Amino acid sequence: MSQVHETGTATRAPSGPSRDLKLAQLTKEYATFTAVKALDLVVPQGKFFALLGPSGCGKTTTLRMVAGLETPTSGTIHLGDTEITYDKPYKRPVNTVFQNYALFPHLNIAKNVAFGLERRGIKDHKKQVADMLELVELTSQAHKKPTQMSGGQQQRVALARALINQPEVLLLDEPLGALDLKLRRGMQLELKRIQTEVGLTFVHVTHDQEEAMTMADTIAVMNQGVIEQMGAPNELYENPRTTFVANFLGQSNLIAGEIEGRDGDLVKVRVQGAVASIPADRAHSESGKGWLGIRPEKVLIAEAGQPIDAPGDVITGGYVTDVSFVGVSTQYMVKMPWGQELMVFEQNTGARRMLPVGTKVDISWRPEFAFLLDASQDAKAGIEED
Amino acid sequence: MTSTAGVAPANPHETATKAPRGRKLTGYWLILPGALWLLVFFVIPFYSLLAASLFDPKGSPLTGYDMTWHFGNFVDAFDQYKGQIGRSILYAGIATLTCLVVGYVLAYAIAFKAGRWKNLMLVLVIAPFFTSFLLRTLSWKLILADDGWVVSAAQTLHLTNLLNLIGLTSTDDRLLATPFAVIAGLTYNFLPFMVLPLYASLEKVDIRLIEASGDLYASPIRGFFKVTFPLSLPGVVAGTLLTFIPAAGDYVNAQLLGSPNTRMVGNSIQNLFTSQGDYAAAGALSVILMVIIVAAVMLYVRTAGTEELV
Repeated sequence: MSQVHETGTATRAPSGPSRDLKLAQLTKEYATFTAVKALDLVVPQGKFFALLGPSGCGKTTTLRMVAGLETPTSGTIHLGDTEITYDKPYKRPVNTVFQNYALFPHLNIAKNVAFGLERRGIKDHKKQVADMLELVELTSQAHKKPTQMSGGQQQRVALARALINQPEVLLLDEPLGALDLKLRRGMQLELKRIQTEVGLTFVHVTHDQEEAMTMADTIAVMNQGVIEQMGAPNELYENPRTTFVANFLGQSNLIAGEIEGRDGDLVKVRVQGAVASIPADRAHSESGKGWLGIRPEKVLIAEAGQPIDAPGDVITGGYVTDVSFVGVSTQYMVKMPWGQELMVFEQNTGARRMLPVGTKVDISWRPEFAFLLDASQDAKAGIEED
Repeated sequence: MTSTAGVAPANPHETATKAPRGRKLTGYWLILPGALWLLVFFVIPFYSLLAASLFDPKGSPLTGYDMTWHFGNFVDAFDQYKGQIGRSILYAGIATLTCLVVGYVLAYAIAFKAGRWKNLMLVLVIAPFFTSFLLRTLSWKLILADDGWVVSAAQTLHLTNLLNLIGLTSTDDRLLATPFAVIAGLTYNFLPFMVLPLYASLEKVDIRLIEASGDLYASPIRGFFKVTFPLSLPGVVAGTLLTFIPAAGDYVNAQLLGSPNTRMVGNSIQNLFTSQGDYAAAGALSVILMVIIVAAVMLYVRTAGTEELV
């Protein structure tokens, strides 16, 4: 009980020393493989943090170690100055929203939500439960059983059941994975609203990059047990440091080039006969072979010979091999003279008609939007095949 | 029928019920074998038992019985055998509780801890059924015999004194021919009927719910009582019924392992029917036992409120 009491006071005194979640050299090895490799991570208090990666990248294992459902092979987990690496799950000021919700089928919604409070010996919880059900807009459903509710409602119950305990860290294990697309978008905004309202630290595990970008303040992209890159969503998207991040977070055109070297604030790279200058802070390699990366929506396209509104080099000699109209934009595949197909997204501003397949086109982009990666990495890393 | 096709039906209800009639009949055909079986082996014997319980008690198998609607049979039988009835319920109750405790631990271990030994352990639970019920009970006679090692071990450990204290044995340091032996026999013989339904419902408990209870500040023990146990209630109810009902009517254990002082109602019924030929009293006693058990079961199932769980 004293343990619970301590954590109780800790949550109620946010003005004290920082209660960041710190993972240091966290490792989890199984008999046949290593799920998480020497992970270092700091999740700042009160932030919405997303752990993004494909299935099997170790993100759920990391989450379960923080929850105490999995014991790390080595490394430590700290909450502020308190080490919780080997604490039992029921002694941690951490709650989880499980992937399948894991609602107790024998208890009604109100009792599910009150479960954590009752276990901590808080008897008079009627008002808290009512408030929490109001927050997730389920007041009228309090006496239903979980099986009588829809997936979206169950998801909100799971959230309420965890949030009511005012954990220092709320862990969300793909909480929206089972919902259909439309409901998922709605719940993303809802989750973000609730997080802002309650101001708790959220650690959200997901394989949906759009979900992570919509909600999180900070994203850590995880792959094969290590964090590839961490930062604000736009930072990660605009300036990926590895081919995996470039491909997993959105889509990228990666063009092989020879890096000529640094010149002041620029790094020069020779690509298919032309020289491109990449800002040094976007160049993650400075010699040898490199991948020049450019996002499809940053590439400008025009019929051969027509002017393009861009100061960069115009690359000629391409032709359209595929067109798909997706409403807000049109996606072109353009076969370049050196045989590579590049992706180009163009806004449907109505300024020009759609270019049909076979059209000869010129393309261009602003070099400051490009990024430069080390060519030792697989250009196809992180491309989802499903 | 064909002439009305395409014409608005005069009575929509009639056409609505006629359409699926073929399918409805299939249902009745499928019920038929079971219904016949029940008729021949349950309804008719039950009727004859009920009739026998109202025969004139002055009759005998030689002279025949007169149907005199003698309801006094029930009063007489209850009055004469209430000791045995009470003992049956007590012994069966203790055996059921012991089965529940032992069986729950076993079923829990098989469901959650056995890993790849799961199937082997389940086979071992059923294995005793490969030998005759009678034979197994007779071997308990050897195991609990006065010069056997169980008795001497129990004496050395002063377990016999403990059993004496709670009245399960008498003071002569024996195990055989005591209530203890009868209850032990009942527990042993009906344990698989407890373990299997318990296992079936524990097996269905989602391990993630147990994790969730831990995440929500329930220690493993509290998590068990708040989540695992409530979710296994259907198995508890099924197991206790499957154990208690046959145990309350059992007479083999009391006969082979007990003494005249441990006779259960099953022994009395058997004795009345086969030795004394008092069909009226035997029938009345059987009906009384049945009514008591049915009433107890209904009360139990209603209290346990399992319909919400299944």
